[in-house]
Amino acid sequence: MNLEAPAADHDRTRRGARAALGLAGGLADFLLTLAITLFGLLVVTFVIGRVVPIDPVLAVVGDRASGAVYDRVRAEMGLDLPLIEQFRIYFMKAITGDFGRSVLTTNPVIEDIRRYFPATIELATLGTLIGTLIGVPLGVFAAVRSGTLMDQIVRIVGLVGYSVPIFWLGLMALLLFYAHLGWVGGPGRLDIAYDYLVTPTTGLLLVDSLMQGQMDVFWNAFSHIILPAALLGYFSLAYISRMTRALVLNELAQEYVVTARIKGLSEARVVWRHALRNAAVPLLTVIVLSYATLLEGSVLTETVFAWPGIGSYITSSLQNADMNAVLGGTLIVGAAFVTLNLLSDLLYRLLDPRTR
Amino acid sequence: MAGASPSLAAWLTTAEPQSRLQARLGHFYQVFRRLARNPTAMAGLVIVVLLVLVAIFAPLLATHSPIESGDLRTQRLLPPGPVFWLGTDDQARDIYSRLLYGSRLTLAVVVLVSVIATPIGLAIGTVSGYFGSWSDRILMRITDIFLAFPRLVLALAFVAALGPGIENAIIAIAITAWPPYARLARAETMTIRNSNFIHAVRLQGGSSARILLKHIVPLCLSSVTVRVTLDMAGIILTAAGLGFLGLGAQPPTPEWGTMIAQGRRFLIDHWWVAAVPGVAIFVVSLGFNLLGDGLRDALDPRSSR
Repeated sequence: MNLEAPAADHDRTRRGARAALGLAGGLADFLLTLAITLFGLLVVTFVIGRVVPIDPVLAVVGDRASGAVYDRVRAEMGLDLPLIEQFRIYFMKAITGDFGRSVLTTNPVIEDIRRYFPATIELATLGTLIGTLIGVPLGVFAAVRSGTLMDQIVRIVGLVGYSVPIFWLGLMALLLFYAHLGWVGGPGRLDIAYDYLVTPTTGLLLVDSLMQGQMDVFWNAFSHIILPAALLGYFSLAYISRMTRALVLNELAQEYVVTARIKGLSEARVVWRHALRNAAVPLLTVIVLSYATLLEGSVLTETVFAWPGIGSYITSSLQNADMNAVLGGTLIVGAAFVTLNLLSDLLYRLLDPRTR
Repeated sequence: MAGASPSLAAWLTTAEPQSRLQARLGHFYQVFRRLARNPTAMAGLVIVVLLVLVAIFAPLLATHSPIESGDLRTQRLLPPGPVFWLGTDDQARDIYSRLLYGSRLTLAVVVLVSVIATPIGLAIGTVSGYFGSWSDRILMRITDIFLAFPRLVLALAFVAALGPGIENAIIAIAITAWPPYARLARAETMTIRNSNFIHAVRLQGGSSARILLKHIVPLCLSSVTVRVTLDMAGIILTAAGLGFLGLGAQPPTPEWGTMIAQGRRFLIDHWWVAAVPGVAIFVVSLGFNLLGDGLRDALDPRSSR
């Protein structure tokens, strides 16, 4: 602590230095935690891969192979090495993106993932967008009208989102909006007629078709994505509106809000420009977290909508006991989840001067 | 319950309880009174109590066998009606009876996951908070790693490795559920460990194990229990999701998620087969969420208005 009053500019440089140090420290801490957590993820997936009751050697040689052949294949697969050595090899391969080959598609798992992941990203991004654009105003509204019927309604809407099984709601939505009303496209990303019309550059169909000016493909893709995205959006809305309400309510109780009101600012200005802006940083971390949850939660949604993303890839590999593909997919989703999760922590520290 | 006789209410609310039991019951009574003023929390409580009753009395309430098929020629995929209240599925089984028996599985999953995950969380959290220094750092690192993991995908991979089945689903969910409890128990332990009564036990020669088990764990138990209650809806949804993916309970077990997966094939023409179990999952997890919300409000003195 600095007890004497130092010269003003001295103080300013010191504060600047401390802020820079805080930034660097935060970044270093983020990278270290990220590395440790990703390492932990690798350990866990390795252990999961080890406890599989299926003998991976038998799967290759068949059960009629002689003992010599069995032993040779076992050695080729590195299964006779000590566990630590096996883990070292697994680790070295995984960090270079080598997850082995998928038994089902016969492609290297990483290639499959590269093809499937953009569909998941497209879906989760649109879902988060919907959730944020509706959830934030809803939460602010509930905070301003706290205790009223309106507040209760927003709360119930959120609670229903927390309680309903997403795959079931997806099925019911398909039944209503696709089978009965015919308002939206059905399962999958496109109607068959539109397949292969767009050359994938980003892998995001909506973006690719727009860039190539293929409006009919864009609208077809849109009619397919809107239902699953709205569904995921509802789930992120439930979380985002609830957190927004709590954050804004907290800000509205602060003294600067009283000051702003005494100054004669309009209530709308007090709420949107003052309270919401001060709640913006924690809110951003909430949105990032919700995005991570949607990436993970897409496993169930994609299965329902036959959406060719990473979730469908994992579940269809599961049903075929394709362990390389399951673990590779788990690692990628896990790594994305972990990174976003920790990133939300870092963002909070970088953007909120009070935490420095 | 709410209409307790005045003498009992007085006994419960006295400022000078004569025994530990009276003090504890008095505390529960206070929490319950706050809870009773919250209509949505009471609705949640009613749902949860109903779930327990239905699970207990399923054989009495059911009109048909949950497993055995009816007449496959005439009773398949019937809509809800007077004989089969909620219709029948493709095996001509009564959906209403299956639903009732399914409540037992749902309850079993919730109870077993709590029974497995709570001790893990308590053990790691209290040891970490009590001993501090390097053991704290290592244990909390591990907790943080598990906390940052995607729970559903990880449970999925676990079940894939262990083989599908309700037991493995329970283990998988429990393995991913403990980290928040460890965090909570650690925080509680750190506030308790320097109290005078802990010092007194240590001066009397009480071992660390005794202090942890007899004095610290009991004090952490109540807050961790509340947290577990709050998580129950999530546990139910994860279990149902695993069942839906074919990784949880296996047919013909009347697990609700598995029932939805089976009904999915006839969704368009026979929607009730998939719709009914989904409503059950929704109502039960809504019940746990409403109750958990209310409990948190009732136990948090800041929110009492």
